[in-house]
Formats: sequence, structure tokens, C-alpha cells
Amino acid sequence: MTTMGTTDESLRQDLARRGVHVTSLESLYNWGRAHSLWPLQFGLACCAIEMIAATMARHDLARFGAEVFRPSPRQADLMIVAGTVTKKMAPMVVRLYNQMANPKYVIAMGACAISGGPFREGYNVLRGIDRYLPVDLYIPGCPPRPEALLHGVIRLQELIRGEKLSGPGRSRAADPAVPGEYPIPNYGPAGLRPPFNPDLWQPPSDPDAAPDDGSDAVTPRETTA
Amino acid sequence: MTDPDRLLSLLEAGLPGSAGRVRRWTNPGPSGQDALLVDPDAALEVALFLRDHPELQLDYCSNVTGVDWLPREVTESVTTTETVGGETKEVTKKVTRTEPGYLEAVYHLYSVALRHGPVILRLRAAGREAPAPLPSLTPVWRSAEFQEREIFDLYGISFSGHPDLRRLLLWDEFEGHPMRKDYVAPDEDGLPAIETAAAKGEANR
Repeated sequence: MTTMGTTDESLRQDLARRGVHVTSLESLYNWGRAHSLWPLQFGLACCAIEMIAATMARHDLARFGAEVFRPSPRQADLMIVAGTVTKKMAPMVVRLYNQMANPKYVIAMGACAISGGPFREGYNVLRGIDRYLPVDLYIPGCPPRPEALLHGVIRLQELIRGEKLSGPGRSRAADPAVPGEYPIPNYGPAGLRPPFNPDLWQPPSDPDAAPDDGSDAVTPRETTA
Repeated sequence: MTDPDRLLSLLEAGLPGSAGRVRRWTNPGPSGQDALLVDPDAALEVALFLRDHPELQLDYCSNVTGVDWLPREVTESVTTTETVGGETKEVTKKVTRTEPGYLEAVYHLYSVALRHGPVILRLRAAGREAPAPLPSLTPVWRSAEFQEREIFDLYGISFSGHPDLRRLLLWDEFEGHPMRKDYVAPDEDGLPAIETAAAKGEANR
């Protein structure tokens, strides 16, 4: 067994064709993790209905190993924030994230979880869960179709398979400097205190600029095959 | 059966104390659902009467909601007779006055036993300032309990006689009543305010 960096990719494929499989502990580990993502079983609004539809027979999230929805954060790897996060609910969502074991991932599913969506100006709607949690993947849509969620899971699998377990640029879970839990906001007289976690999110300096760079975003065009 | 005029005549006959404290409120909207505008002091006895009268038996309160009426300017044409230089003539002037705002609680009542309804009660608080008291009708219809709490939470009407008057949806530390038409949520990001209708003072009425 050798490390990935010293194995020539074409040599590896050539050997695989001859029935000799060469791998690294890292890619084997990531392969296993990517194909048994256990999502946390919780939904907040209509996006959760699409999430449920994604697990059902027609779309069948089980094809990607992510059908084992766990009712306990202790057993979950993936938090799909599916729906509007109200300010009243946000502390509980952060607490659930904190209770999940590393390595763990967050998908912000739908316009509300990303930015507050159509309820952004509401007095009780959090303007994006990325104010308190590190979001790995944004799936836009209102709500996103199950195909978009499937595409998001595939993109997350790609992200996991590319993760490094050591050295610079290693994954968040493997980096002891990255916290595994984040402060839980408190209820204040007009909203949450603090209104966002400054380590994770800052208000855009230019209000006309787009709030997210959308680099990880799954666009609907990509999902319609 | 549930026509407001019929209800008023029943009230007049069965509850003489309510005379002058209940009147018909005409709904100018397209639904034309007229209501009984009940004086808050008489609300409890009127509610009990409506619930227990054998011809009405309004045993089911399906919905309670709050309404916030902002102060509004009313322009009226007033015709007066004036005497100028020994000559008397009619002068029409436009007078603008400000009607004070108030908070309302609206109850929708049905009778499951007699299968009629709705009968709509409107209770009007004296003003919009806290605590804006109104009598609670939860002792009459238990189903009003959570909805009166919701109105207390979002509109700031305090219902006296309510068994458990706490905020229902928002947390206890919250200040203000967000369903009021002049409520503007404070911006917590320090960004330039987005010009909403509420921020511009053009709240819907």
C-alpha cells in the first residue's frame, strides 16, 4: 500500500485493469465515508417534503448510500438544513450540529436556508444558516427538486473523496484547529444575539455585491439532464 | 338566524344590560360579513348569552384574530351657514381630522349543535398603546386560549381573565409586537435598509 501522491494515476488504472488494485488509506477511507452519508432526520419547511421525496422510490437516495436518515445527531454525518430557519429554531439547529460527531457536513437546501429566501424581511426568519454553521454545499431552489438534492449529494461525495486527512489543506474534521462545535445564539429583544457568528460569516462590505460567491452551488441547469 | 339584527333583537330581549353596548358593524368589504361590535365591558356577558341561548347555541369559537388599525386622516366636507356682511350663505369647507388608531380582536363563532354560523364579534381596545386591555373570552370558549395568546404576542392586546397569558410564538425576551402595521424589524447587519412599504410608512391598511 502506498500513498496517493506517489502513485501514478495512469499506472494505477492500468494495474486495476489487470486485476491489481492499488489504493491509499486516504482514498479508501474517503470512498467509504462518501458512500455511507447518514443524514440527520429533520426538516423545517416545504424543502423537507422534497427531501422526503428524494428518499422515496422514484428518486431513491439509497442509490448514493444516503438513505439512512438518523433521528439522533450522534449517529448522523450530514445535516440537510431543509427549509426556513426561524430565529426561534436557529439555536436548536446549531445545538444539533454541535451534537453531531466529526466528520460532519452541512447542506443548505433551498432559498430559505441559504439566505432567508422569500421570508428574508420577516421579523423571525434567519437570513441564512451559514451565519452560524459552516455550510459545505448550497442547493438553490424554492424548493429544489429531488434531483437537485441528489445532485447536491453527488457533489458532496466528490468533495469528500477529494479531502485530505493530513497536511496543509486537510479536511475540516482532520484539522484540530477547526472547532467541531459553534456557539449557540441566544434570544435577544429583537432577534438573536449575536446576529451572526463573525468567524463564519460577515455582512458583505458592498451591499450591492452578491452575498454568496456560489462556487459550490448546484444550479438548476446542471441538474436537469 | 345569525343575522346581526336578529342577534341584536335577541340580545335586547334576553340581556337588557347590553342595550347600547352592542351594535351592528357593517363590513364595507366584498364579503359583506357584518359583525357585532361589542363594548369590552359587556363582552363576557354577551359571549355567555350567545353561547347559552337555546336558539343560538354558539358553542364553537373557530378563530380569533387581531387587527391593527393605524391612526388615519379623514377629510370631510363640512357645510356651514355663515353670515358675512349681513348676507347669510352656505359655505362648504374641507376639514381634515385624525382618527385615533385602535386594536381589535375578532371572534368567529359557530354552532355545531344547530349548524349555523359564523357570528362575528369584534372587540375594540381603547387605543394602540400597551397594555391595550380587552376581556378574555377563554372562560367562555376554551379554544380561544392559544389564539388570544397569539394576539397578545403579535399585537400586544392584553386579555384580562386569560388563564395563561404568555407569548405564544416568540420568546419571552422579545420586545415589540411584530404584526402591528408600524413594526419595523431592526436591521442587525448594519446594511443600508431595504426600502419596504413598512419602512416608508406606507403600511397597508
